[in-house]
Amino acid sequence: MHRIKTILLLLALLLPFTASATEHDAPSKPGELDMESYIFGHIGDAYEWHITTVNGHHISIPLPCIVIDDGLHVFLSNHIEESGYTLNENGKLVNAATGKRPVDLSITKNACSLILSSILLLVMVLGTARWYKRHDVLKEAPRGFPGLMEMLITMVVDDIIKEGVGEDYERYAPYLLTAFFFIFLNNLLGIVPFFPGGANLTGNIAVTLFLAMCTFLAVNLFGNKHYYKDIFWPEVPTWLKVPVPLMPLIEIIGMFTKPFSLMVRLFANILAGHIMLLGVVAVIFLTAELGPALNGSMTVISVLFGVFMDILELLVAFIQAYVFTMLSSVFIGLSRQKPEHEKQLETSK
Amino acid sequence: MSLITPDFGLLFWMTLIFGIVFFVLAKFGFPVILGMVNKRADRIETSLRQAEEADRQLKEMAEEQKRMIEEARREQARILNEAAASGEKLIQEAKEQAKAQTSAMIEQAREEIRIEQDTARRQIADEVTGLAIEVAEKLVRGHLDTAEKQSALIDKMIEEARANRNPVN
Repeated sequence: MHRIKTILLLLALLLPFTASATEHDAPSKPGELDMESYIFGHIGDAYEWHITTVNGHHISIPLPCIVIDDGLHVFLSNHIEESGYTLNENGKLVNAATGKRPVDLSITKNACSLILSSILLLVMVLGTARWYKRHDVLKEAPRGFPGLMEMLITMVVDDIIKEGVGEDYERYAPYLLTAFFFIFLNNLLGIVPFFPGGANLTGNIAVTLFLAMCTFLAVNLFGNKHYYKDIFWPEVPTWLKVPVPLMPLIEIIGMFTKPFSLMVRLFANILAGHIMLLGVVAVIFLTAELGPALNGSMTVISVLFGVFMDILELLVAFIQAYVFTMLSSVFIGLSRQKPEHEKQLETSK
Repeated sequence: MSLITPDFGLLFWMTLIFGIVFFVLAKFGFPVILGMVNKRADRIETSLRQAEEADRQLKEMAEEQKRMIEEARREQARILNEAAASGEKLIQEAKEQAKAQTSAMIEQAREEIRIEQDTARRQIADEVTGLAIEVAEKLVRGHLDTAEKQSALIDKMIEEARANRNPVN
């Protein structure tokens, strides 16, 4: 249900922007909201971290740009023009002279957020681990933050990983736990509207692509022979396999659709949440010219609905981390499953 | 659409940073925590089992205690009963003995009374006989104080003797 809503919302919100993209070049009137740059500025990536705008003056943190063109170039994002580069219509760095895209390894807003959240994640988990090293675990249980972390970790391990992966779950627990906490933390940071939150990291396709790829590798690198037999020689009537390998083809496509669905699910859910929140807030500014009475009442509605959306996004932040981890566990579990008769053989031994 | 095109730079940084994070956490983070949590879970489990065992033992001991008390009570009741029975028996015996003794004494008293009675009777009889003889003596002496009276009696006696002999001839 959520996904359908997400897609509809995406379409509904994107259509006006594509329509208005042609008149983008026309300078907007002062005080009028430029919806496209407003929404995409928030959900997209940038070479600087925009904090706020005071009286039309942008306050941002310049971030380092790293490009490999004819050699390595490193410069800050507020010196793009001086370094011989410019931004193209998608907001990407291009060589000002040739107009070509260089190999762009810039620490963008998302990359910077990724570094910050990763440091935070390391501190959180290693801090908890340090608590365990410093205390006699047999004599006391953690309280406060380590207690919260332990609760989350045991919840993920017991409810998701053990259930999904099966017997050798301990081998996959570190990856699945890292993925869970990474997604959860970045989802939460994405809801925080000001620095150092606010970057739309888990709503960025590159990040979800990478996470889905990790799951794809974990599933396919360690799949057992039954998993591969079910893909290349599934137990279906032979005419479905020879001469046209119909079922194997479907199974091979299935190998890729599973991580693909992981990628799109996380990306679309988080992106949709951000866009919806931005849209709700934008109502305040869009109704500004309709007079104080209407604008005031719409502001109240917008704030109330914004609070509701924020709480919903908190829920979604957890659910999406949970779902990603759970589905990854299930896919890994499926790739390591043994057929029933072999299991019985093992237990009878 | 730039929104759904994965950015190479971000993918690069993601790979690098997530790789480092994963490596560090998989080495120093989660296994430590999970190991400790499992250790504690094991400990809790053994403690629970021990507690259960102790509880079972305690229950057994309580059962044993109850059983012993019950037994003691039964023993007490038995002893009391026995004591009561033997007391009763003693009383009964004492009573019987007393009865027997009493009856023996009564019998003896009776015997003595009988002997006394006999003696008394014999004495009375002797006395009566003596009295009678005395009275008779006195009577006789009164009747035979003169010669005539004596000879008259002799005569009478001879007569009587004759009369007695004649019918037989």
